[in-house]
Amino acid sequence: MDAGADGAGVSGAARTAARAQDAAGRTGGTAVHPEPFDRLRAGSAPLEAARSRRTSTPTATSARHPRPAHPRSVTEDPPAVRWSLTALALVFLAAFVLVPAGSVVVEALRDGLDLWWEALAEPDALAAVRLTLLVAAIAVPLNALFGLAAAWSVTRFRYPGKNVLVSLVDLPFGVSPVISGMVTVLLFGAHGWLGPWLQAHGWKVVFAVPGIVLATVFVTFPFVARELIPFMEAQGVEEEEAALVLGASGWQILAKVTLPNVKWSLLYGVILCNARAMGEFGAVSVVSGHVRGVTNTLPLHVEILYSEYRFRAAFAVSSLLFLLALVTLVAKKTLEWKQHPARREAARRSAP
Amino acid sequence: MISARRRARGVLPGFGLSTGFTVLYLCLVVLVPLSTLAFRSSTLSWGEAWRVVASPRAVASYRLSFGASLAAAAVNVVFGVLVAWVLARYRFFGRSLVDALVDLPFALPTAVSGIALTAVYARNGLVGRFLEPLGVKAAFSPLGVCIALTFIGLPFVIRTVQPVLEDLDAELEEAAAILGADRWQTFRRVILPAIVPAAVTGFALAFARALGEYGSVVFISGNMPLRTEIAPLLIMTRLEQYDYAGAAAIAMVLLAASFALLLAINRLQAWTRARTGRA
Repeated sequence: MDAGADGAGVSGAARTAARAQDAAGRTGGTAVHPEPFDRLRAGSAPLEAARSRRTSTPTATSARHPRPAHPRSVTEDPPAVRWSLTALALVFLAAFVLVPAGSVVVEALRDGLDLWWEALAEPDALAAVRLTLLVAAIAVPLNALFGLAAAWSVTRFRYPGKNVLVSLVDLPFGVSPVISGMVTVLLFGAHGWLGPWLQAHGWKVVFAVPGIVLATVFVTFPFVARELIPFMEAQGVEEEEAALVLGASGWQILAKVTLPNVKWSLLYGVILCNARAMGEFGAVSVVSGHVRGVTNTLPLHVEILYSEYRFRAAFAVSSLLFLLALVTLVAKKTLEWKQHPARREAARRSAP
Repeated sequence: MISARRRARGVLPGFGLSTGFTVLYLCLVVLVPLSTLAFRSSTLSWGEAWRVVASPRAVASYRLSFGASLAAAAVNVVFGVLVAWVLARYRFFGRSLVDALVDLPFALPTAVSGIALTAVYARNGLVGRFLEPLGVKAAFSPLGVCIALTFIGLPFVIRTVQPVLEDLDAELEEAAAILGADRWQTFRRVILPAIVPAAVTGFALAFARALGEYGSVVFISGNMPLRTEIAPLLIMTRLEQYDYAGAAAIAMVLLAASFALLLAINRLQAWTRARTGRA
């Protein structure tokens, strides 16, 4: 018996390991190993039995039956369970995610790279790419600015109604994309509130680019804010207050303290926001009017090609969006890894 | 000198600017547009509104939307907990790749998911051709709607349950084992109660998302009125007929259901927090 391991100074981790090993030994596991378990002698009958069993075997047991490299602990499932559960999970993911995702690539490239390229080089497809980039270039910075302002307001000050404000930020996530697009039509359409006035001034919003931008802004509204708010909340105000005491102005604090602290979190929100802005379909579909080459974003172009039975071209354009999704995922993973502890906490709190 | 009021609020500058901009932007982008919906549907009298909202076609669309969303969320709870368990507990080759794959339904534009699922589950598709001899018609049927909604809601349960499983105290399971529980008993009596709040939250999130989903469903459903027409599609149809008031009335029904769900999710998340002691 090693008195040191059994003494009062045994760390929690060692105790846990000891307990696990003891239990493994008792349940006939492979981790039979002569170790003192006096600490666990507290009168439990099966434990007593396990202990006497162990103490009756000489220390040489471990020499005769060398321990396997990885003894299975009690919190581990038997290999058969482990493998079947893993297989079941993988089959489910394959049927619902991997196969559909893979089919996009396969269908897009089925007739060779030349035809794939041809579908992308069509003027209408290029116009759709341009419009998608334009819409994202307007919607994402606007919502990033809002996210920063909202996070600053909500996490740096205490005032009544704050919680209501935070809940309202999430509102667009609860609205069907079709309804998101529809409210733009109700507001700015020919029969909408502002429609007649806009028409009188010669401005076209619905079935034109501004409508698409507005619908996209609505749909992507919460992304940056709900990344930044939990993150800045967790960070606290000490550093900003220190900067204030040292004489920094508000903008200096923002530029030199806050932004460097939140940059990865901000980028994370921007990436998610951008993915949604470029990929939004329902809301944009309501307001676009589907004018080819003018008000077609990439997802809408996919729909048009598909409804014209030009499947190969539809999948070719889809493969571009698929690429966007992959880039988004890689960027997301990289950022999560980069910010490991802090970022993961915030990501959990704002679980999608 | 800093006034007492300002000290109570916080000493950093920019309160007026940031709060003002936040509230203004929120109103302009979200609240004013959403309020038009209520005003527009109120242009109908109660009788007219009821005729629109309770028409057989509308009722059939709610039934499909709610039924398929529930079914998809239920599938996601079962398989979501399974996948979360496998990802949190087992180490196998390609685990981090699989972990990244889980987020794909979030990142993939819905139109792309829609045509990809249709291609895979259609009669001559990669999976559909195996279902066809079994007499299962996947695409262009209510089942197709369920498949699309399962795809869309897949990450929610996994991403809410996985962190809880990762944080679960190993000592609890060890204690259960020492007290003589086998692994299944430990799972049922110790682990399951700990992850139920997260799983229910994930279920509600997946359900809420499925209820409003449009892009991935329209391709695979076939859009037959009374049979495979979901509520968001019916709104779209009404809009295309310039029946704005009718569309707004149906949208109000859908919106009411979504907001009730959001409220429930908020309560659920508070429950999860209380249960697991973390946000």
